[in-house]
Amino acid sequence: MAFNHKHLLGIQSLSAQDIRTILDTAESLSEISSREVKKVPILRGKTIINLFYEASTRTRSSFELAAKRLSADISNFSKATSAVVKGETLKDTILNLEAMNIDAIIMRHASSGSPHFVSSFCSSHVINAGDGTHEHPTQALLDALTIQQEKQTFKDLKVVIVGDILHSRVARSDLYLLKKLGAKVVLVGPPSLVPPAFKKYGAQIDYNFDRAIEDADVVMMLRIQLERQKRIYFPSLSEYHELFSLTPQRFSRAKHDAIIMHPGPINRDVEISTDMADSAKSVILKQVENGIAVRMAVLYLLLGGKEREITD
Amino acid sequence: MEDKVKAKIMDSRKIKRSFHRMTHEIIERNRDLNNLVIVGVRTRGVFIAHRIQGLIQEFEGIEIPVGVLDITLYRDDFSDPTEQHIVKKTEIDFSIDKRDVLLVDDVLFTGRTIRAAMDSLIDLGRPKSIQLLVFIDRGHRELPIRADYVGKFLPTSRRERVKLQMKEIDNKDEVLIIEPAGTKQE
Amino acid sequence: MKLLIKNGRVIDPASGTDKTLDILIDRKKIAAVGSKINDKTAKVVDAAGKVVAPGFIDMHVHLREPGYEHKETIATGTLAAAAGGFTSVACMPNTSPINDNPGVTHSILTEAKRSARVNVLPIAAITRESAGEELTEMVNQAKAGAVAFSDDGRPLTNNQLMRRAMEYSQMLETTIIDHCETPDLSAGGVMHEGDYSYQFGLKGIPSSSEEVMVARDIILAESTGVGIHLAHLSTRGSVELVRRAKAKKIPVTAEVTPHHLLLDDSLLEHYDTNLKMKPPLRDKKDVQSLRKAAKEGVIDVIATDHAPHTPDEKEVEFDQAPFGIIGLETCVSLILDRLVREGILPLSRFIEMISSAPARILNLTDKGKIQPGADADLTLLDLNREVIVDVFAFRSHSRNSPFHGWKLKGAPEMTIVGGKIVYHC
Ligand SMILES: [Zn+2]
Ligand SMILES: [Zn+2]
Repeated sequence: MAFNHKHLLGIQSLSAQDIRTILDTAESLSEISSREVKKVPILRGKTIINLFYEASTRTRSSFELAAKRLSADISNFSKATSAVVKGETLKDTILNLEAMNIDAIIMRHASSGSPHFVSSFCSSHVINAGDGTHEHPTQALLDALTIQQEKQTFKDLKVVIVGDILHSRVARSDLYLLKKLGAKVVLVGPPSLVPPAFKKYGAQIDYNFDRAIEDADVVMMLRIQLERQKRIYFPSLSEYHELFSLTPQRFSRAKHDAIIMHPGPINRDVEISTDMADSAKSVILKQVENGIAVRMAVLYLLLGGKEREITD
Repeated sequence: MEDKVKAKIMDSRKIKRSFHRMTHEIIERNRDLNNLVIVGVRTRGVFIAHRIQGLIQEFEGIEIPVGVLDITLYRDDFSDPTEQHIVKKTEIDFSIDKRDVLLVDDVLFTGRTIRAAMDSLIDLGRPKSIQLLVFIDRGHRELPIRADYVGKFLPTSRRERVKLQMKEIDNKDEVLIIEPAGTKQE
Repeated sequence: MKLLIKNGRVIDPASGTDKTLDILIDRKKIAAVGSKINDKTAKVVDAAGKVVAPGFIDMHVHLREPGYEHKETIATGTLAAAAGGFTSVACMPNTSPINDNPGVTHSILTEAKRSARVNVLPIAAITRESAGEELTEMVNQAKAGAVAFSDDGRPLTNNQLMRRAMEYSQMLETTIIDHCETPDLSAGGVMHEGDYSYQFGLKGIPSSSEEVMVARDIILAESTGVGIHLAHLSTRGSVELVRRAKAKKIPVTAEVTPHHLLLDDSLLEHYDTNLKMKPPLRDKKDVQSLRKAAKEGVIDVIATDHAPHTPDEKEVEFDQAPFGIIGLETCVSLILDRLVREGILPLSRFIEMISSAPARILNLTDKGKIQPGADADLTLLDLNREVIVDVFAFRSHSRNSPFHGWKLKGAPEMTIVGGKIVYHC
């Protein structure tokens, strides 16, 4: 049950047992957030840097609260406040931060693989908070925690992930995680956004949402980014909406106890109708809540306790 | 690397007698039993807490609430640095504000576990008082901590380990002194 | 001054020779080739147990001078070439300024005369600024010393312009070299598009980006009747197109780099920017296809596409790193160990691909062969010497090589340029 990783770079480098350890730890830690004094001392004296090269108030705050609830000191660095605007390279930025004797770097960056690059030369723990179109491991873990709470098991669950799979780090991390825990994953979207290469990683692919949603246990909608997808990937939002948005009609084809998930922020009435987002079947806010527990678990497992022998 | 059992100190009969004695001491000291709550420190403290709860119920007909405390996040003595401490849930579904809290653990040794447990309790609320029950007090304190109720005083060498076996998880009740193969300490 | 190379195993693909012979060099030329040559006035090189080959020609390098001397200079690049067994290097025009006029060609040759260890053969741009809009003065550039024309690195997408360049070049004994890439298919891409690019979340460069241009070039070569050389082919689709073109006797030649023969896209899992180049490392099937094409002669030439970048430039996020790796100091050992010793590529075929074939394509009539009257450019190989690639020991100014730490058997022993020993291990 030992968690012998120095960094959390992606779901792909975790075993099913590692994932279960994180989820169990998160379950144990979730109680702290409901206390009046929402703080335990385990990471007292640890210094963590939130290094966000892409704006993301939600993920950044979630990590910040998680760190604070474990009594770590955390500082926020954004692209705007750092020397990046003055042309400093990522490597120099990290070396400067490390000179301040930090213990961990939580990193969000638009370039896929940048946390891997940083971990290759830095001595602190590196936690990937989303890299380009590669991975977003803590999002997948909080999704898993939510599914576990709702469905108890992953074995043979049918999870349908809908939207821009091509550009989604969330879809990748979720796919890898759910496959490791034994779920069935169906990726849905227009063919231009759902590359067949994902079959290699255990996904089924369906371009027909109405068919794919039948008997689904979990329906996960991804944000469709209006800015990027102008006419190269699909011709119009209204056509997209018609084919791939989650409406009550479509949802009625899923299992009667199916749940609705979304990594947020949602585009109401674009990929998901308002009544679906707010329905009793939606666990979107539960996901947000679980985000803190999962991030506390990750921080505890990487930084808690004394120096351990690291096998990775 | 096999641990060796050096001596068996108590059997189930003696253990039962100690539980009875401690329960009577608790009842005697806490005039207002309705204000008492019991909090067991994981793992064996929880079973001890439930036994005490059962005995109070038997003797006085009052059901005392029992909570579970996991102190991993409050520890300052990660005794085995190569081992990841698994965090388990703290489950205290009642308020401890203004209550008399009976804190329960199996073995009192350096006092660091109890220090962590008290820090944790105080983060959870403001009890009227905290009393400490341990089944074994083996000395070698590093902090100024003393138990209010003790099942057995058992002076040992630092190297030895004392193990309270409980039938809830160990199949039988007994107290053993163990000679560790390495230099591990409890 | 005379040099007598004795008892070497002489392999000369141009004449089909593979036997133990002596070679007498008189000043800059080969004076005699035969068994048991004696000349008391000559300095003797004992080549027993070594292979003696025509001087190796790398027809695709980036020497970075003028303009990017922090990456490489003519001096350091040719030092690296000599140590890598090369006697000539053809340097691409994407310098600063771009080599699109006789003045730049002239200054490169002037600097080469001053500081180069090996022959430097400038390749000039096809279009001004390599911007793909107007032809350069090809005749004047050839007169100044340009041996070929290419807009390497800036794909020439204007089909009409490419056609006119090919037609115009018929006045010259030179070749047009095309870097085959379709920018709207490769835009934003940083690695091969395939299973791994989706996994690593890196934008892909599809094989079609190269193949569309290879097809275009073949069609233009057929319709104009003018030859074209395709730089650094990387996909099995390109190989098939070239195979069919050659079967139809269309005048097309092709090259491949050592890295495309040895590495594939699965290796990018650690986001090592020293595995980032254009064209990108393709998949395992492509590698197999390229190896077969090299052996069978569908691909004519091995060239390194030596592309120096400094550590500072390469030690950045993967998608922000510049494309390209260096290869002059690793090429020969890599091919000898991983392809020749493994029986994938015969030794004589390798020597052909790196000496006589580029000499033929670049119209270097006195190079790429071992016979009296030819230039005294020779490469000696020790097939048994073991080396460990150490990027920190490179003569090159840069060390952006993915082969650091590789253990290889077989290495250049001596490099002779114009009758002078410029490298001896
Ligand atoms: Zn090129
Ligand atoms: Zn090039």
